[in-house]
Amino acid sequence: MTSETVNAAAPPTVEAASRGTPPPPTRRLGDLPVAVLFVLPAAIGFVVFYLWPALRGLYLSLTKYNVLTPPRFVGTANYERLLGDHLFWNALKVTAEYVVINIGTQTVASVLLAVLLHRLTRSLLVRGVVLLPFLVANVVVALLWFWMLDYQLGVVNHALDWLGLERVAFFGDSDLAIPTVALVNTWRHLGYTALLIYAGLQMIPPSVYEAAALDGASEWRMFWRVTLPLLRPVMAMVMVLTVIGSFQVFDTVAVTTAGGPINATRVIYFYIYDLAFNRFNFGYAAALSSVLFVILAGVAYLQLRLTRAGESDLKGA
Amino acid sequence: MAATTALVGRPRHGRVIPWGRIAGWAVLVLVMAATLFPFYWMLRTSFSNTRSLAAGAADLLPADFTLGAYRRVLGLSSTAEAVAEGGSGGSVNFWLFLRNSIVVATSVTVGQVFFSAMAAYAFARLRWPGRDAVFLLFLTALMVPPIFTTLPNFVLIKELGLLNTYLGIVLPHLLMTPFAVFFLRQFFLGVNAGLEEAARIDGAGHVRIFFRIILPVNRGPITTLAILTYITSWNDYFWPLLVGKDESVRVLTVALGIFRSQTPQGSPDWAGLMAATLFAALPMIILFAVLGRRIIDSIGYTGVK
Repeated sequence: MTSETVNAAAPPTVEAASRGTPPPPTRRLGDLPVAVLFVLPAAIGFVVFYLWPALRGLYLSLTKYNVLTPPRFVGTANYERLLGDHLFWNALKVTAEYVVINIGTQTVASVLLAVLLHRLTRSLLVRGVVLLPFLVANVVVALLWFWMLDYQLGVVNHALDWLGLERVAFFGDSDLAIPTVALVNTWRHLGYTALLIYAGLQMIPPSVYEAAALDGASEWRMFWRVTLPLLRPVMAMVMVLTVIGSFQVFDTVAVTTAGGPINATRVIYFYIYDLAFNRFNFGYAAALSSVLFVILAGVAYLQLRLTRAGESDLKGA
Repeated sequence: MAATTALVGRPRHGRVIPWGRIAGWAVLVLVMAATLFPFYWMLRTSFSNTRSLAAGAADLLPADFTLGAYRRVLGLSSTAEAVAEGGSGGSVNFWLFLRNSIVVATSVTVGQVFFSAMAAYAFARLRWPGRDAVFLLFLTALMVPPIFTTLPNFVLIKELGLLNTYLGIVLPHLLMTPFAVFFLRQFFLGVNAGLEEAARIDGAGHVRIFFRIILPVNRGPITTLAILTYITSWNDYFWPLLVGKDESVRVLTVALGIFRSQTPQGSPDWAGLMAATLFAALPMIILFAVLGRRIIDSIGYTGVK
């Protein structure tokens, strides 16, 4: 009613006042004036904090830059340098190891947990409990496990003692540090990933299970023949999201091992951070970010191809 | 017919003991125990005296019960007192950092959800040339790993003189994230066109339709997005670490990292650390207790859609 006055189509009115005749809204432009108003804040955010920094990052990767003096163009020198940088290759290796352990354990455990939740209970409390670690910051989770896994006083090592086993320097042993960090993050993300898969399980029509049950299929058989195949599209999306997230591990490493012992946990994110903010090597850090970007895009593409994520088996059936 | 549904995939052979279900529940209980025990241990340690932890390391109850850790963390105890219980003199200005976390998470959530909703409305319900191209451009930003834009954003915030200000911490996430726009657009697309039409016949303009129809009809997904944004923002460490180390704007996660680096390398003040982590975790746990069902339901919502 009176709302026309607040209508966001203000520009034409202004124009009309200045020219004297109201211009008929052209078909071709549709709701453009209103749309511009609605999109404007987000568009500013996109251009200033996504598009522009992305282009600038690309440019900075071609420069020598320490933030204090203006960047100096050096061409592809940064990229040539990283080929011979053993810390870069180490970071890639360590990150890959982390991702494999983290994603491997997390995926298997969360599928198992999701199926158990789906088959056994509708309890909100049970789902709430398993989700709890996800709500707490990485930093909190990291410190908590840092304490529980402490060599001298940690409760886990006391339990090992009690069982008559050797104590383990979880964060201090260079062979164990990365698996430890990976498993700590599996602990944090297990419930969350399981609930994502659980949501996928709920989309499988019960009639499929009824049919399988009539055929006398066991739970085990149903899991492999019905549940897993029908879950594939959901699993594909979950895997892409978790793998990309996994590559970006930083918080846990930053507050526990800070890259050590002797680079054993210097994951790529931490190496980039270290280069940029401790060694003021912004250009080189930007080059590493670009390489990480390409790697992530490649991994995501491969995953989507391999898992045929876009197709659903249910629709055809 | 009711019998068939009850059967759903669970063939019962007379009175066979359901070993499968028992084993399943056993695993489930084990997972829950493994999830809850660390939280209990955090609580237990925070009520302990750091100097007594070595002797009572395996006690299930606090070793030498004391509230000293909390007093230390809040800066209520003198240095002598703190050292007597294994503290280092470092403290967490808890109330200030809590306020900072609330300011940051709240403004990010309100701004991001609102502005993303506006954009989503334009992408879902308005017709304008270039709409799909612009939307596609927004979407490509989903593929860019945060670190790629984080370094240049840091430079930008520095150039704007916004280091160590709320605005600097909040700004990159205040106006949109590609995910938020994408997520809301999906739901806005599904709004019944008849509702909009009826409002338009009543003389409602786009602003009115947005506030009176689109937002209320989609309050479910909007709440979901708001909750997830709040949690993400609250738990963020990397960005505030880069631009907001200064005490006046330091958020809880960053404060915790600094508190940890202040404790002596050889014999950390574990009780103090656990009291601090508990403080940092508590607001989220309270939020969870209040919004439990909403949060749990929201997980499935976002991942699969």
